[in-house]
Amino acid sequence: MSDAPQAKAAPGEMSVRVSAVTVSYPNGNVALRDASFALAGGSICALVGVNGSGKSTLFKAIMGLLKPVAGTVTIAGRPVKVALKQNLVAYVPQAEEVDWSFPVSVWDVVLMGRYGYMNFMRTPRAEDRRIAEESLRRVGMLEFRERQIGELSGGQRKRVFLARALAQRGRVILLDEPFTGVDVNTETAIIALLRELRNDGHIILVSTHNLGSVPEFCDHVVLVNRTVLAAGPIGEVFTEANLLRTFGGVLRHFRFDESTVQSHDGRAVTLLTDDERPLVFGKGGHVEYSKRAEHAEILKKRAEGEEDV
Amino acid sequence: MIETLLTPLHYDYMLKAIFVSAVIGGVCAFLSCFITLKGWSLMGDALSHSVVPGVAVAYYAGWPFAAGAFVTGLLAAVGMGFVKAKTRLREDAVIGVVFTAFFAFGLLLISLYPSQVDLRSIVFGNILGISNPDIVQVLIISGGTLVVLGFKWRDLLLFCFDPNQARALGLNTTALHFTLLTLLSATAVAALQTVGACLVVAMLVTPGATAYLLTDRFGKMIGIATSMGVGTSIVGAYASYFFDGSTGGCIVTLQSALFVAALVFAPKHGLIAQRTRRRAAGLAEELPG
Repeated sequence: MSDAPQAKAAPGEMSVRVSAVTVSYPNGNVALRDASFALAGGSICALVGVNGSGKSTLFKAIMGLLKPVAGTVTIAGRPVKVALKQNLVAYVPQAEEVDWSFPVSVWDVVLMGRYGYMNFMRTPRAEDRRIAEESLRRVGMLEFRERQIGELSGGQRKRVFLARALAQRGRVILLDEPFTGVDVNTETAIIALLRELRNDGHIILVSTHNLGSVPEFCDHVVLVNRTVLAAGPIGEVFTEANLLRTFGGVLRHFRFDESTVQSHDGRAVTLLTDDERPLVFGKGGHVEYSKRAEHAEILKKRAEGEEDV
Repeated sequence: MIETLLTPLHYDYMLKAIFVSAVIGGVCAFLSCFITLKGWSLMGDALSHSVVPGVAVAYYAGWPFAAGAFVTGLLAAVGMGFVKAKTRLREDAVIGVVFTAFFAFGLLLISLYPSQVDLRSIVFGNILGISNPDIVQVLIISGGTLVVLGFKWRDLLLFCFDPNQARALGLNTTALHFTLLTLLSATAVAALQTVGACLVVAMLVTPGATAYLLTDRFGKMIGIATSMGVGTSIVGAYASYFFDGSTGGCIVTLQSALFVAALVFAPKHGLIAQRTRRRAAGLAEELPG
């Protein structure tokens, strides 16, 4: 907390900076060693790694739930603790972490996002109600406000917690496995919303093991295996070679060049998976996208965005 | 007939007992909503036994019993936290070891100096013989607990529901943790007077658990639990006059009866409702779709 000059950065210039962070648990287990990456405002970044890779540890360090034994995390140039007090960081938990039978309604949950703006007794003011209502409307859940949270579908549950993050007006939003147990429509809606938030200059950090969805909606990626192996724009970092390094030998492969596909028709192939989007690499290890037109559009927009800077 | 029913109310000690039980029953029930949702029922049991050596020492030393009880209660809580953090033991084992250690030490102390404290009144409660200074202590504890809960219930609710979100909002979750722990120890001490160390946990869990079966709204849960706590304490204390039985036993038996009723008949989460729903779902599946 000695770097006072940095603490004056305006909240408009959002950034997340993880520098040489090492986290170890009381039993001496080092979950993450010397991890570094940085993100600037207006990006959706995926945090990718196997279970036990230190992915959730890194997540928790950014949220201030775990204190690094070495290194620092800063958000908008401030130490995490200060950033949290300023409501800069919002969090959407994994479905398994929530007790869905807890006696709270959708409305209660979204208002919890406003606690940081309320008084000592957390009495909601008209402003808090308005913002909570607006957030629920934005995720299309306003008509469910009186429901107990357990009475919702997987996708609706996720939307409610997203609404809570919106109500909090966090500029850095962390989502833990946002697409697990979520229907396709909700996934599309969530992705659309995340893109809007990115365009408003937010930083969206998504922890996921759903590799196929990463190139579809993220523009940055952080590959984690006990440390940050690589971090940067999708195009540069999300490569077959890097992923193999991240996942060791644990990914299931379907190699088209070695498969029977080649002997039938080299081009018309249908790929089905039950839940997660498939990740497909083309020749030379570059990522293939499911919708060519949409991808071209994104690339175009991104190029324009960079010219603006 | 009416004359017989009113007899208990002619006695000062009965009026006191009914009043104090109602206060303690209500406060414990209010807190029990948080304890059940946080999953701290076992912790409540542990703390209520851990206060016993403190009560014993306080009586010998001439301190207010609450002070001594409070100190050992918190010592036990801290001890459990410490052993759990530093060893590979699971929480239930840690709680089991620590609270029995405290309770055993308390029993030992009392048995060594039996003239000053009555073992029975600590273990089984003695609300009919409660002294005025003790009533004052109980009222102070209850008032303090109500004030803290009244001001901070929303923070505590979030802490029970989603501690990570509480942290992300910049709330001091360590402070909230200790607030809840302190309230738990304090009310355990107060309830000790009414129902005794063995049954304190019932006062701190059963009303909340019953209310949880009856509603999906936290506000209603508090209302149901608190009315149940106050109601069963008044009726239990009053009825114990006629049975000439243990007051604590009466109160907790009543609470348990209500719990069983809720378990069976609760409109949504009761056994009958669940059965009906499952049948309906089964029938719907049998219909050609």
